[in-house]
Amino acid sequence: MNKNFRVPSNRTLNAVEVKSKFGAEFRRFSLDRSKLGRFDEFYGLLQHVHRIPNVDLLVGYADVHGDLLPINNDDNYHKSISMAAPLLRLFLQRKEEADYSAFGTDTVTRKRTPVALAAVLLRPDANKKPPIIISLPKDFRPVSSIIDVDILPETHRRVHLYKHGQEKPLGFYIRDGSSVRVTPQGLQKFPGIFISRMVPGGLAESTGLLAVNDEVLEVNGIEVTGKFLDQVTDMMIANSHNLIITVKPANQRNNVVRNGNSGDGATSGSSGRSSDSSTSFYGYSAPGSMAMTPSHIIQNYEQDDEIEDEEDLVIEGNGETKLIPQAPARAAASSSMPTLPRYEPHLNLQPSNGAMATSASVGSLNAHDGGFEGRNLEEDGTVITL
Amino acid sequence: MMKFRFRRQGNDPHREKIKQDLFAFNKTVEHGFPNQPSALAYDPKLQLMAIGTKSGAIKIYGAPAVEMTGLHKDTAAVTQIHFLHGQGRILSLLDDNTIHLWEIIQRENRSHLVEVHSFTLPGRPGIESTSATRVTVMLLNLSCDLLAVGTEGGGVHFLELPSLTLLNKSLFQDEIMQSVPDKYKCGKSLGPVESLQEHPKDSDKILIGYSRGLVVLWDLNSRHIDNVFLGKQQLESLVWERSGNSFVSSHSDGGYMVWAVSSSNRCTHDPVSSTIPYGPFPCKAVNKILWRTTESGAPLVLFSGGMPRASYGDRHCLTILQDHNHVTLDFTSRVIDFFTIHCTDRDQVEFDDPSALVVLLEEELVVIDLQMAGWPTVPAPYLAPLHSSAITCSCHISNVPPKLWERVINAGQQQCPLQNFENWPICGGKNLAPDPKQKELLLTGHEDGTVRFWDASGVSLKPLYKLGTANIFQTDCDHNDSLTQAGEEEWPPFRKVGCFDPYSDDPRLGIQKISLCKYSGKMVVAGTAGQVIVMVLGDEKSDHMIDVATVDLLQDREGFTWKGHDRLPPKSGSVVFAPGFQPVVLVQCMPPAAVTAVTLNAEWNLIAFGTSHGFGLFDYHRRSPVLARCTLHPNDSLAMEGPLSRVKSLKKSLRQSFRRIRKSRVSGKKRAVVNSPTCKVQEANAHLAEHDAEVTPVQRRIEPRSVDDSLSGVVRCLCFADTFLRDGTHHGPTMWAGTNSGSVYAYALDVPSQEKFSEQSVEALLGKEIQLMHRAPVVSIAVLDGRGNPLPEPYEVSRDLAKAPDMQGSHSVLIISEEQFKVFMLPKVNAKTKFKLTAHEGCRVRKVALSNFTSVTSEDYSENTLVCLTNLGDIHVFSVPALRPQVRYDCIRKEDISGIASCVFTKTGQGFYLISPSEYERFSLSARVITEPLCQVDVERPHDLSEHSSSSMTVPTQANGTHKTQAEGKSVEAEGLLEEMRSALSSPVLDSPNSSADINLDTTGELTMEDVKDYLMSVDEAENNFRNISEEDGRPPGILIS
Repeated sequence: MNKNFRVPSNRTLNAVEVKSKFGAEFRRFSLDRSKLGRFDEFYGLLQHVHRIPNVDLLVGYADVHGDLLPINNDDNYHKSISMAAPLLRLFLQRKEEADYSAFGTDTVTRKRTPVALAAVLLRPDANKKPPIIISLPKDFRPVSSIIDVDILPETHRRVHLYKHGQEKPLGFYIRDGSSVRVTPQGLQKFPGIFISRMVPGGLAESTGLLAVNDEVLEVNGIEVTGKFLDQVTDMMIANSHNLIITVKPANQRNNVVRNGNSGDGATSGSSGRSSDSSTSFYGYSAPGSMAMTPSHIIQNYEQDDEIEDEEDLVIEGNGETKLIPQAPARAAASSSMPTLPRYEPHLNLQPSNGAMATSASVGSLNAHDGGFEGRNLEEDGTVITL
Repeated sequence: MMKFRFRRQGNDPHREKIKQDLFAFNKTVEHGFPNQPSALAYDPKLQLMAIGTKSGAIKIYGAPAVEMTGLHKDTAAVTQIHFLHGQGRILSLLDDNTIHLWEIIQRENRSHLVEVHSFTLPGRPGIESTSATRVTVMLLNLSCDLLAVGTEGGGVHFLELPSLTLLNKSLFQDEIMQSVPDKYKCGKSLGPVESLQEHPKDSDKILIGYSRGLVVLWDLNSRHIDNVFLGKQQLESLVWERSGNSFVSSHSDGGYMVWAVSSSNRCTHDPVSSTIPYGPFPCKAVNKILWRTTESGAPLVLFSGGMPRASYGDRHCLTILQDHNHVTLDFTSRVIDFFTIHCTDRDQVEFDDPSALVVLLEEELVVIDLQMAGWPTVPAPYLAPLHSSAITCSCHISNVPPKLWERVINAGQQQCPLQNFENWPICGGKNLAPDPKQKELLLTGHEDGTVRFWDASGVSLKPLYKLGTANIFQTDCDHNDSLTQAGEEEWPPFRKVGCFDPYSDDPRLGIQKISLCKYSGKMVVAGTAGQVIVMVLGDEKSDHMIDVATVDLLQDREGFTWKGHDRLPPKSGSVVFAPGFQPVVLVQCMPPAAVTAVTLNAEWNLIAFGTSHGFGLFDYHRRSPVLARCTLHPNDSLAMEGPLSRVKSLKKSLRQSFRRIRKSRVSGKKRAVVNSPTCKVQEANAHLAEHDAEVTPVQRRIEPRSVDDSLSGVVRCLCFADTFLRDGTHHGPTMWAGTNSGSVYAYALDVPSQEKFSEQSVEALLGKEIQLMHRAPVVSIAVLDGRGNPLPEPYEVSRDLAKAPDMQGSHSVLIISEEQFKVFMLPKVNAKTKFKLTAHEGCRVRKVALSNFTSVTSEDYSENTLVCLTNLGDIHVFSVPALRPQVRYDCIRKEDISGIASCVFTKTGQGFYLISPSEYERFSLSARVITEPLCQVDVERPHDLSEHSSSSMTVPTQANGTHKTQAEGKSVEAEGLLEEMRSALSSPVLDSPNSSADINLDTTGELTMEDVKDYLMSVDEAENNFRNISEEDGRPPGILIS
């Protein structure tokens, strides 16, 4: 059987050698780079090659760094082909048995060897709790999260509400109020802005990141003290595409407790992104930059806050739609990130699970690209603040 | 955001110096008619007029551009003002019963109005009988050293001037009562003092009139009564005949009486004559009467009020009577006060011979020439009633070419030949300001479809020309004129005077947008019913047909129905147009929603206009539409229903405006007691309640703008530019449109050359469509040339009036939305720089303009900036094209929405906004270009008070509650200074009755008039009283609630 599909790899540069593994079986075949086709066709081909026409598959491939990365849409399919050097190694799993935790960087990079990768795949449930299943959505996007846990006082919480083309409203109200603070002159009352109400089913409520009576301290890095309610409202609305609010939660019992072991990236440095569905890979605007950042989990987030959010849509006269090109510095900047953020599928942050449940709406073209991720947090401790 | 912070803190000393040379914020002058005037005075020696307002401002006017303003510390209404003739001093009486003395002082080579003294009649403040010491009238004697004050309690007190010290000479009613026959007394008090008049020949004698009708002639020196006149009608006012042999009294029954003064008969029972001019049916009171002798014999009688109650009780009238000449001036607003200008030198001239009558009305000032036959009105060079019909939009044209200026003036003079202001009777003071280098025009659009042209080059805003647009439409109001004509023969002989006419015949006529090309004399005016009128300035009368075109902006959109008003039907046939701007083309948008943006390019013969449904492009040379585009979002249903159906019907709006007028009339009630204790208690309770009540907190919903926000299709701005849209090598005409939902449409235009204009048509091709992701409304669009300068106006380059734009380097477009400014490179439209104002400051952009600021130190150094007014009323200045914040000033209160909405900027860093419906405040952001009153009044003062003037009073203030910073306000930190001054000004005044609310109300027994007298019996007692008050002031304030 295999022979039928085996093609000498050096016959032409246009051919990609594919080694596909399902369970214990291997198949080898080749693909023509110039006629890649769509992911659906490729998926069909795999089912055909392995003779498992009615099995739902989860397709993964090992990239040059040995990371196991998923193939589930046209973009990452094309990406995987372009990255194949020269062999493309595929790992197929049944969807119902799939070990999602195998995907991502850290598990594989730690071992740095395909053998280990295979070992992981072969021992799906070795004395590990079965993780909560997270779907691998077709359209990757960042979700709302708590960020900057390591740099903020424990009593404060910085929340990144990410409203990405969702139908859900942000869904909260603010009001004027006063808070009592300890000052050198004793207890004093200060005027402040508070969250007054949640809209059921809104982003704020469903993520659980904000609560009624939380005091708003900053909006996208700008302190709200001395600002009128209407000003704060306008600031929030102006930043609504990428809203980062620092609050002092009314309920201080759910605060993240720092264990002081800041060397452990899993608990401090990366806690900020713990709840992101960080396998996000592709955005619409920057497929080109992927070539230089093969191992990045988080793509497309801007290095510069100034150009971070909106990209205005320009429609040329002939009707072709394209996004306004971003600053050219972007690709270079993102590839120069010295270390990689680690991926931990589910961390200790309970509230953020709500965000996982949020519907993965299909991004529309005129919404901005899927990969926006607000904070740029690096493991070496340098933190670019808001 | 870090970047942003650093940027703001950038304290380069060199740059700071340049900024100081460029920017300085000053509120310079108030144009227009003071809002809610309440008092009037005239100084015949200095020829100055003063107007007091309900907000506590005093404004002095002399010759054009001679203006001064003072503001009382307490915002109480000014009820009376009096000039100390020739001394440049003014006495003002406020509603809170305080008397203030003001002086015109000379500082920095110009005159300022400064308060030097204030005085309150000592009484027992805080209790009911305060009203007894409430001042009703004031009289200054001729030599201006004595002030007589009449009170509600019927007493007359005397004060020394200018020190305002109470003299021990007070006269009380019981003293008068002794000389009154018992028959007249009948146990009643005489009532408040209604009038005090000095004898024209003998300055020791004053005429005192009491409300009940009794008039006495009192000799100050001998302290006895010379004559008693037993009037039986309630008295309103008194006036002497010049000779002093007789006087006239006016009464509440609408009549006036002439009384003879004779030394033989001490007690006069009956007047020489008694007339009720508009009788015999009951009439309203004659509030004030003037009696002026003339050389021709018959005296001139002028009085206000007195109209028959049933038939004309609602008219605001002033009657001029002389012999058989009888004119009833019929005003559209309440008469506040009036005076005549006549020779007051009693020794030289035998007769008054008044030259002019000046009438202050609630909404305008009317001057009547009394020497010309028929008593015509004299147009005023200032105090123009801007709001004669409500202002709906305004537009400023800087640096008007002399040619256009001349033609506009000519057009105006043919409308109103008298408009040269030469015979303006009030001409005191000298204007020291140099003649303005540039001519500036301010255009105001009004609700009745008129556009008024004002000379805004100097301090006084002079009316130049009035353009009506109603005459090209068929409206219901056309036959109205004939109706009034018919009523002309009736009695009383009414004559409509004044131009204040707040009733709009048809709200659809209202002007929404104006665009004027100052080089070609072409103008486009757009209104509420979707009418866009192209006008050409013509010097000759013209009788022609107007071309009418209809542009459907819906472009076959299905499922929409317009529920708003109909379009205005244009008149068929030719119409006669007076010289001036004459309409040539009328474009009507369908549906006929209000036009929200309009622009004109006279070089290309194109106009662009937008409504809430879309925008259109029209070639007015070939009279053909070029383009129409619908900007409606499919979900936007609101836009279709039209503004009227949503807001209010015409009927409703009429009803509301009537109510508004009625409300303003109520406030005209005489002498309301404001300081009664019950009132205080209520106030205190209200305060407590406010604190206790669980007020539901204001909350704001946080949601991003979505596509289906209502009215997203409203076109907010339009602009023409010659720039690179298709590619980077060929520039050409373009048109840009921005909408409420953050969309920008850019069209490349194919404009044929001038010669071929008639043959070839203009074509438009959609080049780019930009959707701003934050979806905020696009407020303005401007194209910058290769050097980052804004493109010049059409014709500016071809007439050598501006430097040619740089067409080599790459152009960019500056798109200003309500939330941020963004510069995009052309033709690719990639973002270059941006400034996110709302995201950082929390304020929204309301008005923007590109202004050029020239340095104070060097005329050659100037910078282009973006001036931006936010919804918080502050003004930010940004550099262009770098968009770096330069300075920020607080300008308008953030609650003053109409002020913010009415703001216009000039091209040289000044601006105007409405502080009331009738007044523009002019402000200057430039350190170089400042238009402010520089005037001088020469005064002679026998007793100079300058040593009394305390330093805390020297802050010049602006009227209507806005305090002004002078030159020291140049620094950016001016706000802090302003705060200090505000707190200083708001500190309680010890001698005001309000500050002594803590007096124990032990004496709860009824207080009669006699009781009150005790407090005023002697100066010593009065002083004791003062001391008590000040002692009690030491205690913490509290209000005893019994």
